Amino acid sequence: MSSNKKYWKSVEELGDSSIVETLRNNEFVEEIPTEDFLGNNDAMSSSSTSRRDFLKYVGFSTAAATLAACEGPVNKSIPYVLQPEQIIPGVADYYATSVFDGFDFANLLVKTREGRPIKIDNNTISGAKFAANARIHASILSLYDSMRLKEPKSKGKSATWSAVDADIKASLADAKAKGGQVVLLTNTLASPSTEKLIGEFIALNPTAKHVVYDAVSSSEALDAFESVYGERALVDYDFSKSSLIVSVGADFLGDWQGGGYDSSYAQGRVPKSGKMSRHFQLEANMTLSGAAADKRLAMSTANQKQALVHIYNVVTGSSVAVNLDDKFKAEVTKAAQQLKAAGSNGVLVSGIQDKNAQLLVLAINQALSSLAFVTSGTRQIRKGSNEKVAQLLRDMNAGSVHTLIMSGVNPVYTLADSALFAEGIKKVKTSVALSLKEDETASIVTIAIPVPHYLESWGDLSLTIGTYSLTQPTIRPLFDTKQFQDVLMSLNGMSGTYYDYLKANSASIITGASWNKVLHDGVYVGVSQSLSGGSADYSAAANALAKSKAVAGFELVLYTKTGMGDGQQANNPWLQEFPDPITRVSWDNYVTVSNADAKQLLMTNEIVANGGLNGSYATITTADGLKLDNVPVIVQPGQAVGTIGLALGYGRKAALKEEMQVGLNAYSLYKGFNDVQSVGLVKANGEHEFACVQGQKTLMGRGDIIKETTLEIFNTKDAKFWNEVPMVSLDHEEVEATKVDLWDEFDRSVGHHFNLSIDLNACTGCGACVIACHAENNVPVVGKSEVRRSRDMHWLRIDRYYSSESTFAGDNERKENIAGLSSSLSTFNEMEKAGDNPQVSFQPVMCQHCNHAPCETVCPVAATSHGRQGQNMMAYNRCVGTRYCANNCPYKVRRFNWFLYNKNSEFDYHMNDDLGRMVLNPDVNVRSRGVMEKCSMCIQMTQATILSAKREGRAIVDGEFQTACSNACSTGAMAFGDVNDTESQIAKLASDDRMYHLLEHVGTKPNVIYHVKVRNT
Amino acid sequence: MSSHYEATIRKPLVIGDKSYHDVTVDIAAPVEGKANKHWWIVFTIALIAFLWGVSCIIYTVSTGIGTWGLNKTVGWAWDITNFVWWVGIGHAGTLISAVLLLFRQRWRMAINRSAEAMTIFSVIQAGLFPIIHMGRPWLAYWVLPIPNQFGSLWVNFNSPLLWDVFAISTYLSVSLVFWWTGLLPDFAMLRDRAITPFNKKIYSILSFGWSGRAKDWQRFEEVSLVLAGLATPLVLSVHTIVSMDFATSVIPGWHTTIFPPYFVAGAVFSGFAMVNTLLIIMRKVSNLEAYITIQHIELMNIVIMITGSIVGVAYITELFIAWYSGVEYEQYAFLNRATGPYWWAYWSMMTCNVFSPQFMWFKKLRTSIMFSFIISIVVNIGMWFERFVIIVTSLHRDYLPSSWTMFSPTFVDIGIFIGTIGFFFVLFLLYSRTFPVIAQAEVKTILKGTGDNYKREREANKDSHHE
Repeated sequence: MSSNKKYWKSVEELGDSSIVETLRNNEFVEEIPTEDFLGNNDAMSSSSTSRRDFLKYVGFSTAAATLAACEGPVNKSIPYVLQPEQIIPGVADYYATSVFDGFDFANLLVKTREGRPIKIDNNTISGAKFAANARIHASILSLYDSMRLKEPKSKGKSATWSAVDADIKASLADAKAKGGQVVLLTNTLASPSTEKLIGEFIALNPTAKHVVYDAVSSSEALDAFESVYGERALVDYDFSKSSLIVSVGADFLGDWQGGGYDSSYAQGRVPKSGKMSRHFQLEANMTLSGAAADKRLAMSTANQKQALVHIYNVVTGSSVAVNLDDKFKAEVTKAAQQLKAAGSNGVLVSGIQDKNAQLLVLAINQALSSLAFVTSGTRQIRKGSNEKVAQLLRDMNAGSVHTLIMSGVNPVYTLADSALFAEGIKKVKTSVALSLKEDETASIVTIAIPVPHYLESWGDLSLTIGTYSLTQPTIRPLFDTKQFQDVLMSLNGMSGTYYDYLKANSASIITGASWNKVLHDGVYVGVSQSLSGGSADYSAAANALAKSKAVAGFELVLYTKTGMGDGQQANNPWLQEFPDPITRVSWDNYVTVSNADAKQLLMTNEIVANGGLNGSYATITTADGLKLDNVPVIVQPGQAVGTIGLALGYGRKAALKEEMQVGLNAYSLYKGFNDVQSVGLVKANGEHEFACVQGQKTLMGRGDIIKETTLEIFNTKDAKFWNEVPMVSLDHEEVEATKVDLWDEFDRSVGHHFNLSIDLNACTGCGACVIACHAENNVPVVGKSEVRRSRDMHWLRIDRYYSSESTFAGDNERKENIAGLSSSLSTFNEMEKAGDNPQVSFQPVMCQHCNHAPCETVCPVAATSHGRQGQNMMAYNRCVGTRYCANNCPYKVRRFNWFLYNKNSEFDYHMNDDLGRMVLNPDVNVRSRGVMEKCSMCIQMTQATILSAKREGRAIVDGEFQTACSNACSTGAMAFGDVNDTESQIAKLASDDRMYHLLEHVGTKPNVIYHVKVRNT
Repeated sequence: MSSHYEATIRKPLVIGDKSYHDVTVDIAAPVEGKANKHWWIVFTIALIAFLWGVSCIIYTVSTGIGTWGLNKTVGWAWDITNFVWWVGIGHAGTLISAVLLLFRQRWRMAINRSAEAMTIFSVIQAGLFPIIHMGRPWLAYWVLPIPNQFGSLWVNFNSPLLWDVFAISTYLSVSLVFWWTGLLPDFAMLRDRAITPFNKKIYSILSFGWSGRAKDWQRFEEVSLVLAGLATPLVLSVHTIVSMDFATSVIPGWHTTIFPPYFVAGAVFSGFAMVNTLLIIMRKVSNLEAYITIQHIELMNIVIMITGSIVGVAYITELFIAWYSGVEYEQYAFLNRATGPYWWAYWSMMTCNVFSPQFMWFKKLRTSIMFSFIISIVVNIGMWFERFVIIVTSLHRDYLPSSWTMFSPTFVDIGIFIGTIGFFFVLFLLYSRTFPVIAQAEVKTILKGTGDNYKREREANKDSHHE
């Protein structure tokens, strides 16, 4: 080091004293070879680096290296600077809210983690009446839809809020000045405060009017009810009060009049003290209700009308001439007589879109004085009037509408006359669409306003008269949005926010309860008076209905699919991948054709080499020249001959990811809001590739998979007779297979032992559990082509089986009667085909959590092993992916990660989108490729329950343990709990006579239990 | 050594006028000579197939098992079919070199070297599949019971897949040692004949310093016998354990106690067929007709016929037991096998494995080289189908009809299979040009006893004695 400075410590040293020199030499006992290094003066002096420079270099390079090493992947995570008081990382918060999007409605409990809503649960507080269906469960993912409208747009270009506001205000002022018509076109709102706001808007704009538009209309039922009871509402049937249910074309377990009837229906379907309800279903398409029915008659709507009149005749003793097909007469008469005999315990519902038919429904239920026909607390969820919408269309095209403000509707997509509407919009001076997305309508209007998702909004709902629920935001709006009510307030020139308005307005409704209490509970129950029944000229209605003619050609019956509903959430991959409960086809809509018609028209469905389902294409034509090309065909057992079904809600293109742009828009056929249309159907060229998760439709006579019996046998015979346990020979004695064990049993009575019970009588196949499971467990979406290749990832699936004969009992008998090889060859071949009007059974299947699990013994690395609480566990980190476990699973519930399903550019679904990933449950890991996954019995939920009870130092009460599926099940079909708690519901269910295990004879001893299905035939 | 002289009615095992030196020259010829055009053509094709397979494997490992045709119901298909098929082919080598050694079947000497080479090369192919069929093959070492830092994690000794790991690795290592032991004197022979220093160096390394002393020979004989004793149980154990992958499961069509003997018979069957395929070509190409005679082929054909019949009995037994068991799932599994959507695979298997070997009852056919070659190919096609049938038709329709589906291979499935065939032939072709393909040291031990010329000479001498 080239320092020439000389440092000295004392004057003596400076003076070069020898004493100092001696002392210095003796300072250290050991010789340090500094001299060798520092003594090399030549080298030292030739170096240009001073000591200070050296230290500078060292310091800098250390700091630089440290800084470089510190750069971690913390791009988008923002830590709390000030932690909010209520939010504890890792602890979920729940908010009660309610939703009504014009089609679906429910009272909810929204689970949020770190301020981010991740899961929808049912609000189970008393008064919360409506449970979430599959679509509501999936709506959490629609919140994180990256294709939402993110900013206001004017003429397709981004605009500022002030500019947009000014434009609308100017237009309204102009309308006022010129006397131009102002129309507010909304979905049914069922919101007292919004309706009040609209009233105030109309008061300020005298030329304004409010038109309510339901995409899927219940107008006739509303008209009929209004004419008899004086109120435009729908009856909120209570099926639990009925011992006999006759449904004429009403899929009340589906979306008929809003749906949500499954829980009251299921209450009556579980045999209690030898009794359960009986259900007749007369319908054209195979629906969830038809699948659940004890007796289903497949008949066209034309026949249903005659049948309805016939039932009316029998029940009321009238004698209107009917023209009912002879083959149905006996059965319909039987149903009608039983209905009459049931008296007030009977109920009749109908989905026929004809005011006369709906009047007869009222007449029959009045005549029965049906207990299920409740006229108090009517449903407010459909208000739309077909006539008013038609009038609006005429006005628009006549150029008499000056300003059109739309909220929650997408008429360009949902109207049959969408072209006319689009044409009309051009004649409207200012058209405004408030929309979640830049959908078909929002993209052609003058001003498109982004609205928040319901999980970001305030609101109130009166779904039924006498109940009041609040909608509250669970997250700050993700985008620059403004809700309809706030827009209205600004147009009305009101100050403050909708929140203030809502709070003030609710005070008059929630008498005797505080705002905070109602907000906390989510619902408030007031009083509702029973409506006094008026009357109408029922016999005239019956006469008119009896005279209605069958349509020419094929009778097209439009319906909404369990997964897609009216199509609002078409960009939701969970719903697209949700297999339809009946056809088990995902990612498509299709025309359903009866076996007989398909045969005649040479339309086929077949399984191809890779297990995918292929179907013919058809062309649907209407009398007025409309043509729908390349409609995929599903040959649907149970479809009434001469009728075809087609689902609404598909075929959307706007603001949809490419993968979601599937199916065809059937709204174009929804002429006059009539779900029954006369069409022609011919086979077209080509084959459609379906994504169907279940190729084999029938149960093949395997009655031990879905055990079932009739109520009569159930009541009269011993449980051993109708819930037969397979017998095996042990030491030359016949013993029950479930008693034979290869292994020494563990003591399972210590601690918790979980069982999941599934009552096949209560399960309607609605699929809410499937979506709830997706949301809870971060189940990946794999897309159409992968589903087609039998690679769906559903942890929980609902198997649907058709009988091959007319009943499953017939199938079993047929299989028993096989004699000889040739007979078995032909019989099994025929049993692969579903019957023309088969019985249907649903069976939810998830990991059975076998105590003797075949998967556990075969894994070479012990990645799957048994838990102390009965779960079959899966250690993803340990899994090397041999798939041996999946092969050896008799239930085929294990799902393999064939590809990397998250952050993979090949898959544009929820886990591959920055926003979509927000929905992931942080308590459940996202699986990597190459590992096996499956149902964990929601171990993260049971462990959380155990921990919180432990922290609070208390015992766990029955009902606290839940899984995502049991939580989502609104019918009570799924129950979960600890069987070691002998007082619990699950312990009782596990020892019930109806209890059986799936494939008992394999000896797997599952912890999932099923209950024998009892049919009241 | 008079006791080693064979009865005259026994056919000679070495034909033509072969002296010890002739044997040396004949067997060293392919190694010392230059490869002809045909060798290069076949080698190029095999190499291309191999490289194609390698790229398919790279694609699989980098993208996921989803590149194959598997699905939620059929979790194994071509991967394990190929695995079992290659393991089966690998069976003949040990049987020929170990079991036939113990039974003193001297005809094995002409074929054991190549049969064992085939074994090793096919076990290498087989061993590939359990690794690449894993979802996360980079963690394949987790199936080995090695002390680790993962806590108390240990392999699952209940799993037949783990038994496979042991069975296959033991089999490969014992076969390799056995093979190499036999190779030592032959490598030494090549070393001693080598002209270039490079060849001399290589072969002297490969021959482990074989000196040809009496002690060497004595130890050689002892080790061979011990290894034969060790390898014999492996002939039974390897495929028994492979069959347990299926037999210990609960899937109808897999859960069958007959599997171990049935699989072993099938393995020997396919192994002999593959030996026939290879040797029929090799004897021609490498001019080894004098050593690998029609009689050798005939004897192998007889083994093929017998094992084929055993396999046939096993097939029929399965069907019988399915019916006799009264278990509906079992019954349906076999009904579906024979008449379901994969009926063509089942009947291909039946035709190839059960019917075609029955032609070998006819001496004319079993001594026909062309016919033997065709049947050997047919048998291997049949045995591939057997594994496909067992794996895929049992899985694709098991207990719950809701999960029934089908399987169809993708180009990757096919590519990897073709790749292993290519890899196998690359190895075998290289072997045939660098290794002594016949155990010449052993053949020399029987030359005087069973050599055609010596026999003739003895016969002539015998006559003169009598006179």
